This record gives sequence, C-alpha cells and structure tokens, in this order.
Amino acid sequence: MGWAWFHRFGSPPWIYGFSRRWAPWFGGLAALGILVALYGGLVLAPADYQQKDAFRIVYVHAPSAMLSLAIYATMAIAAAVGLIWRIKVAHAAAAACAPIGAWFTAVTLGTGMLWGKPMWGTYWAWDPRLTSELVLLFLYFGYMGLRAAIEDPQKADKASAVLAVVGVVNVPIIRFSVDWWNSLHQPATRLLGESDMDWAMKWPLLLMFLAFMLYFGAVMLVRLRAELLRRERNASWVREVLRG
Amino acid sequence: MDEFFAMSGYAEYVWPSLALAVGALLLNVWLARRAVALAERDARRRLETTS
Repeated sequence: MGWAWFHRFGSPPWIYGFSRRWAPWFGGLAALGILVALYGGLVLAPADYQQKDAFRIVYVHAPSAMLSLAIYATMAIAAAVGLIWRIKVAHAAAAACAPIGAWFTAVTLGTGMLWGKPMWGTYWAWDPRLTSELVLLFLYFGYMGLRAAIEDPQKADKASAVLAVVGVVNVPIIRFSVDWWNSLHQPATRLLGESDMDWAMKWPLLLMFLAFMLYFGAVMLVRLRAELLRRERNASWVREVLRG
Repeated sequence: MDEFFAMSGYAEYVWPSLALAVGALLLNVWLARRAVALAERDARRRLETTS
C-alpha cells in the first residue's frame, strides 16, 4: 500500500463524496447510541450511594468534556497538517471543527455548573479544571474570531492555524489538572481496566462516549462539506456536484 | 413515574443538564445542515451568473 489513501484525503471532491456517503451512517448510529445510553443511564443504572440521582449528570457532562478536548486536538492536528503540507482540505477540516468544539465546551461548563451547585455548594470556583476549560472556550472563540476578521481565506487559514497549534498546550493542562493541582473536581472517570464503577453504571457511559464521537464525525463531515463548497466554488467538481 | 422525575430531589439540576446537552446536540445538527444549504445556494447562484 502506498500513499494513495493519504492523497485522497487531500482531494476536495473525494472528501465531499466521502462525507455525503458516510455522514448519515455516523449520524444514525450516533442517534441510536445516544438514545440507548440515555435510557441506560437515566432508567437502568442504579442511583449513586453518595450523590443519589445527581450523579446521572455524568452521562452528558463527561462525554461533552471528552468531545471538547478531542475536537480541539483534531482541530490542532488538522491545522498543523494544513500549515506543514499546505493542504486546503486540512484547513477546511480545522475550520469545521471549531464551532462544534465551542458548543460542547459550553455544554461541559453548563452541565458542570449544574452538577457543582448541589455537590460543592457553588456553581463556579476558580479551580484549575474549571478555569482551564473556560480558557478552552476562549481559544475556540479566538480561533473563530480570527478567521472571521481576516478577509483573505489563505491568510485566515494560516493565522488561525498558528493559534490552534499554540493553544493545544491547554489540552493536557485540562486533562491532567486534577492530578497536578488540588482541585474541587473529582479525578478523571476511569472506565477501562481497573475500575470501581459498577457495570450497570458504566456501560451507558462507555456507549455515550462512543456515540458522541460518532456524532462529532457526522456533524464535522457535514460542516466540512459547507467549507469545501465555499472555498471551491469556482472548481469544476462543484459544478458537477450541483448539477448532478 | 413521579419518583423518576423527582431524581431524588436533584430534578432542578439533572433535567436542565440533560436539556442543555440534548439541545446542543440537536442545534449543532441543524446549524451544520443550514451551513451546507447556504453554501450550496451561494455556489448555485454563482454558477448561474457565470455560465
């Protein structure tokens, strides 16, 4: 096997077709997974002995938090690939990630506040985990603001890609903040390997993580299609796609 | 059923959390599809004026 598969990812019409073919499958599986996981987490899982039913917030909070970080990492890698190899599709992919990432960072913060109030007695504290997640939201805003502020698409790609790559330093800070500093926040939920979580509580969470990843795949592929159409509107493949 | 909705007294925190997450999931699908529809419309318009 050569590098042909890699070059295909750099081809806008190939990616456009890939998105049209696979986004519905990713989206359908994600919807099914989320519904089953919600039923498992809200109805089948027993209440926590300390947190009672408040612990059920974990089924939307932890997968959103995972996405907020995974999307940023994806965006930074795509931006780096775009910078190094000057691949247009990579820049388009990074741009497609940002709004989704910003939304799930906001959901992480919102559900975290709603969980913090009954458990810690406060919606917000300037705690390392909470503060670094808030910084992540500002990084997404900065990335999108920078893109919107620069008229020339190539310059916007380059400048925003540098910001995305530099900002990736925040991802391990968020991830390990609970280990490095004293934090109100509980340590990361251990799901694989040795775990003290009951299986009835654990499987809906595992399924939700998987379904959220599929969901991101679907929504990102659809947004990528919009990015490609905007950038390539003079290309002959766009004409063929729109006529066909 | 009432017991389920009461969430052992945490209903005011659990249900808004779920509403926020599910709302964001649905909204992002809608936003992405709208972005494609708008980009298609613009590309089509351009195609009509140039050809």
